[in-house]
Amino acid sequence: MRYVDEYRDAALGRVLAGEIVATVEAGREYKIMEVCGGHTHTIYKYGVDDLLPANVELVHGPGCPVCVIPMGRVDDAIAVAHVPGVIFTCFGDMMRVPGGSGTLLDAKARGADVRMVYSPLDALRIARENPDREVVFFAVGFETTAPSTALTLKRAKAEGTPNFSCFSNHVTIVPPLRALLESPDLRLDGFIGPGHVSTVVGARPFEFIPADYGKPVVISGFEPLDLLQSVYMVLRQLVEGRCEVENQYARVVPADGNPAALAVLEEVFELRPHFEWRGLGFISHSGLKLSEAYAELDAELRFEIPGVRVADPKACQCGEVLKGVIKPWECKVFGTACTPERPIGTCMVSSEGACAAYYNYGRFAREREVV
Amino acid sequence: MSETTTRESEALALIERVRSRPAKFKDAQITMAHGAGGKATQTLVAGLFLPAFGGAALRELGDAGVVDDLALTTDSFVVKPIRFPGGSIGELAVNGTVNDLAVAGARPLALTLSFVLEEGLSAEDLRAEVEAIAAAASAAGVEIVAGDTKVVERGRCDSMYVTTTGLGRLDPRASLSTGSLKPGDKILVSGPIGEHGTAVMLARGEFELEAPVESDTRSLWPAVDALLDAAGPSLRCLRDATRGGVASALNELAQASAVAMVVREAAVPVRPPVAGACEILGIDPMYVANEGVLVAFVAPEAADDALAALASAPGCEAAAEIGEVKTDPPGMVLVETAFGGRRVMDLLVGDPLPRIC
Repeated sequence: MRYVDEYRDAALGRVLAGEIVATVEAGREYKIMEVCGGHTHTIYKYGVDDLLPANVELVHGPGCPVCVIPMGRVDDAIAVAHVPGVIFTCFGDMMRVPGGSGTLLDAKARGADVRMVYSPLDALRIARENPDREVVFFAVGFETTAPSTALTLKRAKAEGTPNFSCFSNHVTIVPPLRALLESPDLRLDGFIGPGHVSTVVGARPFEFIPADYGKPVVISGFEPLDLLQSVYMVLRQLVEGRCEVENQYARVVPADGNPAALAVLEEVFELRPHFEWRGLGFISHSGLKLSEAYAELDAELRFEIPGVRVADPKACQCGEVLKGVIKPWECKVFGTACTPERPIGTCMVSSEGACAAYYNYGRFAREREVV
Repeated sequence: MSETTTRESEALALIERVRSRPAKFKDAQITMAHGAGGKATQTLVAGLFLPAFGGAALRELGDAGVVDDLALTTDSFVVKPIRFPGGSIGELAVNGTVNDLAVAGARPLALTLSFVLEEGLSAEDLRAEVEAIAAAASAAGVEIVAGDTKVVERGRCDSMYVTTTGLGRLDPRASLSTGSLKPGDKILVSGPIGEHGTAVMLARGEFELEAPVESDTRSLWPAVDALLDAAGPSLRCLRDATRGGVASALNELAQASAVAMVVREAAVPVRPPVAGACEILGIDPMYVANEGVLVAFVAPEAADDALAALASAPGCEAAAEIGEVKTDPPGMVLVETAFGGRRVMDLLVGDPLPRIC
């Protein structure tokens, strides 16, 4: 595949891996967090961490949109899905996330009309094709996916599709990063910044990380060579004593982001006073709800939402995994009680979740021989 | 080893112990995942069906069961849409069952055919499928010897479901078993993977993607015949890589033989349109269904001859050796990525593409 294979070139990968080995100082440990779940997925899928020296550790961050949805919100979604006449639409990953009372997939098997879509526009099309049904879209994701939800809502409003509404669970990336950096048990040397979010918000929102917390940030693309190069760039900053936001993904990420996408977000959404994150608790100004102008399309106003907060299962350590405090395999239930087929925590559901990525791809110690 | 790597190894060893326990079927209801050919299907089979029915022939979990020198198998087809580029439900119903016999090392002899038809199905659609079945049966050299027809109310089935049962005679050249893989055996695939699943997925029109991909549905008996000729006793096991794709076939056999496998990702044949469609949809072609691809395990000394024979069979020109059987860690399939790293390739969880066959 042209324009893709170039970024998966094994020979270039070995060259970069050699540069990394030459850059790191022996006896020093480097912990670098990749914020975005897409990066975690790439690292495991291609075995990128196999190419790193033992003293460079990649720590998986909170940027998996499915993983941060708290159980109560899943129960809310299930309650709406069971309302007679509702067609409930969501992305495939969300269907397997357990709430306090099962998953959307279970709800579907019990008779709720839950349908997987690949785009919010598909949900809008279903609404147009089923004028006598209420069609609800379960919106999740960071600034990456929020503009597509916003544009869909704009279109729904413009064309007047009265039976369409949106249950917004969109979140923003900066507040959880700040919360993470404030956390006393955090031991990180630098960050690999989220590439897709940055296509929308640009590189500037991350400048507080070097400015306020003295940690380097490199915004990275999603191919294995992108990640290796970004690791190299973070290490160069550390070795040279620099500390700034660098943009490895300049082929896609402009410094100021995408003004058109930011404008539509501004129009359609507004910040909630606070929003609950799985494992991280309530974070101020971190969630997006529909703005006043779009209130007529807000599923939270159209339907009775139970809104019951469900505590995370005691055994589940998703919060510590999301904060990078523990590795997936250090969780008490990892791989035994909590597996991709029977997940307890959200990190085990999405292919971008640190636990699922480790279980599906990485569940094999780096040093172990195959004989 | 550092203290951390020791603790990680212990955690991973515990997981392997948990995974090797017999599966229990604990779900409250059937979900689409139980039909996807991955972990949920395996749990259903191992946790509910085997304890209830499991005689020796069934416990082998081959693609066909063996009674004396006969092989017997059955398969239902619920694919949506019923026609797709490169094939249709009727053709699939013949080839799918013929292939389950073929990979059991049995020459296909006869089929029975059972229809569940939806009220309102057009006679034209039915006639087209009957003709497709006749043509596929003739091409595969099997006779339709019995059948049944049921009709259900509109909306109670989707156009038509087809069930075929196949009878074949075990070929004396074959000594195949799911438990017979040995370290050093070579792993062959008979052609480019992921074609059928991709073709059906694109034919549904849900993705507004267009690509020149056709289903690979075909009888695999000529390929098996060629393999048996070239490598007879050195052929350990064959598997039809249908639902769950090549990845699931490898995992099932790694578990059945308690061996490890290493697959070289770069050696696996995937045609560019399939690779492109899968890339866009975030699906690994190793998990996508095939209807005319087999996986063969061959003793190392016979691997070259087997590969040459396989590549001479119709539709198998791109056959390739993709990896090797190893000893440890048992039950696990590992991939050497084209990028130079290494990862696990596990059974499929969930169902990215329901009703593919």
